[in-house]
Amino acid sequence: MSELTEMVETPADVPPGLARRVIDSDLFYSFRRSPLTMVAALVTVILVLAALLAPWIAPHDPFDPAKISIMDSLYPPVWSDGGQSGFLLGTDNQGRDVFSTILYGMRISLAVGFASVVLALFIGVTLGLIAGYVGGAVDSIIMRVADVQLTFPAILTALIIDGVARGIAGPRAYEDIVFWVLVLSIGLSFWVQYARTVRGSVLVEANKEYVLAARLIGLRPATIMFRHVLPNVLGPVLVIATINLALAIITEATLSFLGVGIPPTQPSLGTLIRIGDDFLFSGEWWITIFPGATLALLALAVNLLGDWLRDALNPKLR
Amino acid sequence: MSVEALSRPRPAHDGTDAPLVEIVGLGRTFDLSKRWLNRVLEGSGKVTLTAVDGVDMSIRRGETYALVGESGSGKSTIAKMVVGLLPPSAGSVRIDGVDIWKELGGAEQRQIRRRIQMIFQDPFASLNPRWRVGSIIEEPIKAFDLITDKRERENRVGELLSLVGLDPRDAGKFPHEFSGGQRQRIAIARALSSSPEFIVCDEPTSALDVSVQAQVLNLLRDLQERLGLTYLFISHNLAVVRHVANRVGVLYLGRLVEEAPARTLFSDPQHPYTKMLLDSVPDIDMTGRERTPIAGEIPNPVNPPPGCHFHPRCPLRFEPCDKVRPPLKEYGQSRAACHALEEGRVSAHRD
Repeated sequence: MSELTEMVETPADVPPGLARRVIDSDLFYSFRRSPLTMVAALVTVILVLAALLAPWIAPHDPFDPAKISIMDSLYPPVWSDGGQSGFLLGTDNQGRDVFSTILYGMRISLAVGFASVVLALFIGVTLGLIAGYVGGAVDSIIMRVADVQLTFPAILTALIIDGVARGIAGPRAYEDIVFWVLVLSIGLSFWVQYARTVRGSVLVEANKEYVLAARLIGLRPATIMFRHVLPNVLGPVLVIATINLALAIITEATLSFLGVGIPPTQPSLGTLIRIGDDFLFSGEWWITIFPGATLALLALAVNLLGDWLRDALNPKLR
Repeated sequence: MSVEALSRPRPAHDGTDAPLVEIVGLGRTFDLSKRWLNRVLEGSGKVTLTAVDGVDMSIRRGETYALVGESGSGKSTIAKMVVGLLPPSAGSVRIDGVDIWKELGGAEQRQIRRRIQMIFQDPFASLNPRWRVGSIIEEPIKAFDLITDKRERENRVGELLSLVGLDPRDAGKFPHEFSGGQRQRIAIARALSSSPEFIVCDEPTSALDVSVQAQVLNLLRDLQERLGLTYLFISHNLAVVRHVANRVGVLYLGRLVEEAPARTLFSDPQHPYTKMLLDSVPDIDMTGRERTPIAGEIPNPVNPPPGCHFHPRCPLRFEPCDKVRPPLKEYGQSRAACHALEEGRVSAHRD
């Protein structure tokens, strides 16, 4: 009964606030219904916060040569024999605190991941919109280029771009631009999926009558595309972007592991795993296992979020 | 100019009786051929579909002209060419003397576009689901720079919403919060927002419940009286057409076969196809009598019958019907295209 009066008393003409709309939404409902998703979201938030706040959280600054002592090298984690209390997860061969390098490394991994997803999103969505809305020869050309792009594995594309950039910039300057080279190579290998998805949705949306109504009043195609069509095709794009974020982080790690990515002076998670790999057989397992576990956890959590988003936004599965 | 455009007195019937909309020899073909490479490899030729074939008609100010016909007869194609969404392959569309397909891009075309609006068939697809109702309705106002002041524009949106029987406060809601009939009212409000004189209604009630259909039709008629609107009303529902139309044009496979004042058409149809259509409509007077179903099906428009398109289904078919296209001729108040009528083989008027 009290619920009923509450409903009646809610004034109908006041648009509900943003927080209220979020809490009432179907998306939030399905989020609350899935414990796994909530755990994944929690892990993601903790990891991202830890990466962002690394300079304040990390007990050591692994990039300051003055504070690193080679005497501290290869300590095992605190709970093992010979562990030092200052170094929670032990130290690597140069005496850097593994916990601190993981925090800093995650910053770089996440930054590369986000930036390359944004780049892929931008290229893919723009080309997909154009292909779907303009159609005809333009559509054919864009989609054939996409097909060709798809025949190259992401790693191969990245290796080619990386090699070319290295050749042009020279080894010293290369270290300064390596971040952007990685973003470019990963972004370029992931745009096809967005373009295809957006084009497909645009083909459906562009024939709907609300687009005709917009054409009727003489709006320019670009205006119609961005103001009318784009907001209606963004749902699936968001899902791909989330799943691709995990993929981009892994690709960056792979490249760094192969030695074509971020250099060891400013290591990303992949670089850390590569450094640690050299010591795996001599018993210093912590140098590679901890960064590896962090990478796995991060990728898993983001992927689970992406999967949930895909299911939650798919009306057919409701 | 913004406010002037709104408050300018509507051109009333100026006595000269010049039609507002003049359609001459309008035609549209669609290319259905396979792609060039496939054509070369498979040796197949070009395939074209003639959706609209030499349609002449004129719509007077303040009247409701209804176009009826079966699916595939070209009704919607004509509607799209008249509002400027689809370029015609032949002929011209003149609104108030201005050819809307000749004045491309100019200021005059913008002026003409403001005066033409359209109400669509499916109220669930015609409103952008991500936009609030207020933004949907004010978009044409913004696009034509009719009201530059934001507050004034909001007031105008509220006025339009009340005009179509909704609450001005509904402007803050999203389309999915409304029923089909309410959405169609929103679509009507959007069409009215640019103060048009001529509105093309493309089957505006066919997606609605019967009870709501009547409400929307009455609203349209009401608005016509209050704002002096001219309608081109596309429908396949003869009951609806009888309710709203002043004049009716009957389409068959892209050609106008008969045109008459609504009363005349329903009481005294000339063309055998029109007769067939009307005989198929259930009527309260004919209780107990068998209805005459429409014989045969509409032929494939890619490969229409030669001569009069209707001859394979026509009970009056004779010598020239499968060779010569019959011209549209006047019979009393009606115009019809039929060889049998032309040669007086059937008496034009019922006695």
